[in-house]
Amino acid sequence: MIPLLIGLTLIVFLILHLAPGDPVDLMVGPNVTPEVYENVRNKLGLDKPLYVQYFTFLKNVLRGDLGTSILKNVPVKDLIAERFPITLKLGVLSLLVSFAIAIPIGIQAAKYRNTPVDYLSMTFALVGISIPTFGFGLTLLYIFAYKLRWFPVSGHDTLLHLVLPVFTVGLTDAAVTARMVRSSMLEVMGEDYIRTARSKGLSEKVVMNKHALKNALISVITLLGMRMGWILGGSAILETVFSIPGLGRLMVDGIFSRDYPVVQGSMLVLGVSVLVGNLIADILYALVDPRIKY
Amino acid sequence: MYRVNGYTGGHVLKSPYARGQAYQKLGQLEEIDVWDTKGDTEKGYTSTKWEFLRLLFKSKGALFGSIIILLFILVAILAPYIAPYSYDEVDLPNMLQPPSSSYPLGTDELGRDIFSRIIYGARVSLKVSMFSVGISLIIGVVLGAIAGYFGGVVDYIISGLTDIVWSFPVTLLAIAFVATLGPSLTNLILALALTGWTGFTRLVRGEFLAIREKEFIMAAKALGIPNGKIVFRHMIPNSLAPIIVLATMELPKAIIVESSLSFLGLGAQPPTPSWGSIMSAGRSYIMEAPWIFLFPGLVIGILVLAVNLFGDALRDTLDPKLRN
Repeated sequence: MIPLLIGLTLIVFLILHLAPGDPVDLMVGPNVTPEVYENVRNKLGLDKPLYVQYFTFLKNVLRGDLGTSILKNVPVKDLIAERFPITLKLGVLSLLVSFAIAIPIGIQAAKYRNTPVDYLSMTFALVGISIPTFGFGLTLLYIFAYKLRWFPVSGHDTLLHLVLPVFTVGLTDAAVTARMVRSSMLEVMGEDYIRTARSKGLSEKVVMNKHALKNALISVITLLGMRMGWILGGSAILETVFSIPGLGRLMVDGIFSRDYPVVQGSMLVLGVSVLVGNLIADILYALVDPRIKY
Repeated sequence: MYRVNGYTGGHVLKSPYARGQAYQKLGQLEEIDVWDTKGDTEKGYTSTKWEFLRLLFKSKGALFGSIIILLFILVAILAPYIAPYSYDEVDLPNMLQPPSSSYPLGTDELGRDIFSRIIYGARVSLKVSMFSVGISLIIGVVLGAIAGYFGGVVDYIISGLTDIVWSFPVTLLAIAFVATLGPSLTNLILALALTGWTGFTRLVRGEFLAIREKEFIMAAKALGIPNGKIVFRHMIPNSLAPIIVLATMELPKAIIVESSLSFLGLGAQPPTPSWGSIMSAGRSYIMEAPWIFLFPGLVIGILVLAVNLFGDALRDTLDPKLRN
């Protein structure tokens, strides 16, 4: 966790320094006297060595200071506080939809391996992983919002606004997750303790539900963190399709307007949430599986 | 080519002279009782190659997938000859036209032919995905080989770095790189390459850790063969099957991430047509001209599905270990 955080802050810190163009020029514009230029440069600490700047950056981040937006001249912290809840809400709901679909499908496919049930669900999963999320989202948007008018075209205020974006991510992500659930279930079904359970004459139902399923679900839990990270990482794309003012969109807009403090702040928050997602999965894993001790 | 305890060592040596040398080496090695020369005939080798292709194309997925992939490669190469229009031929009176006989897939907001732009877009998609996966492969294999072969502190540092990059979703990292370097096609290739190598590193490191302890590597070390030669002639050829499988699996991911970033405007810059950037225009005209987003989206889906089918079949044939 600590090396991951250092790695993340280093990447985010370097965005400003490796980006083309002079950050001071970006902030004050090209037509200023050298005195003003130097003044801003000093104020930003850009005249100090890189490692000093990095530690200043870290110190500020730890105090919750993410800098000021160049474009809007408001604290980046406030912008993020406004946008992040939307992204998080979408992410969590999508994850729930994805797992609610993927777990039963993956388990059934493994249970009825090499039967039409398996082939059919894995074909759907294969098609699902082959469609880009934004293409699927645009298709849903066109059919259900523009043609049938069942759902609003954009926005994020009511539950009705969230249906299309949540199902866009939920369904495409379910395809990936279903494949993983199936293989972890198959792995468990090949274990010795399943053979033992069968050989002591337990009914297939008990073997499946009590022995195989519980053990398979343990590895499914680790998937939770991974998929959450993936969903949050792709939030910029989803929010673009459905015109949702979330954190991902804030980040991409920041890249276009070269508002680097905003880019750094949103990248940092998204990255940390990915790590927190992984951490929660690890904790859950340890709680569920008594063999794991930290 | 010779087999040692189930592992393939060395190469097929074409010239009789080189083959003689190889046998001579085998002769020397038999003294330390490690080598098994079964299957060391040229005929044996060619027949395994044919056997492999026969097995691979027995799967309908592989057949369908490879035909579609070849078709896309052909289209990309022959784009100027197939496309009815140029990709940037503006025809304002005919903007946002639905599919018709003169514009088979309709036109976009500038009256450009969608069909022609999709054909040229194949170049972008294939170029970005192949180059980025190729560079990832080189970075990943080199780092994984160093970590797995030498172990110790080097392994610790490389594995740590791999874990850090691995922990973040590719899309987010790629956006971070593009934000740093500025949006362009070359930078997108770099971004994908610099984020996609972790899978290869993990794979090769694991393979090397397993192979390192095998008798034929110990024998090679005992013979005083230099490290570089052991790595490139014995260890990498033995890990080649899973590396190829992984590379095939990474291609569809790269195609999707490329189109997603181009959709955000962080990839190919106008007027270069990328499937993702065409769809980005389609987002603005979704009501008036749904064909702008629909057809490129379908094309991405078909190509990615084909590569996935081919990859699955390749994995099942080449490396049954990786199944599930």
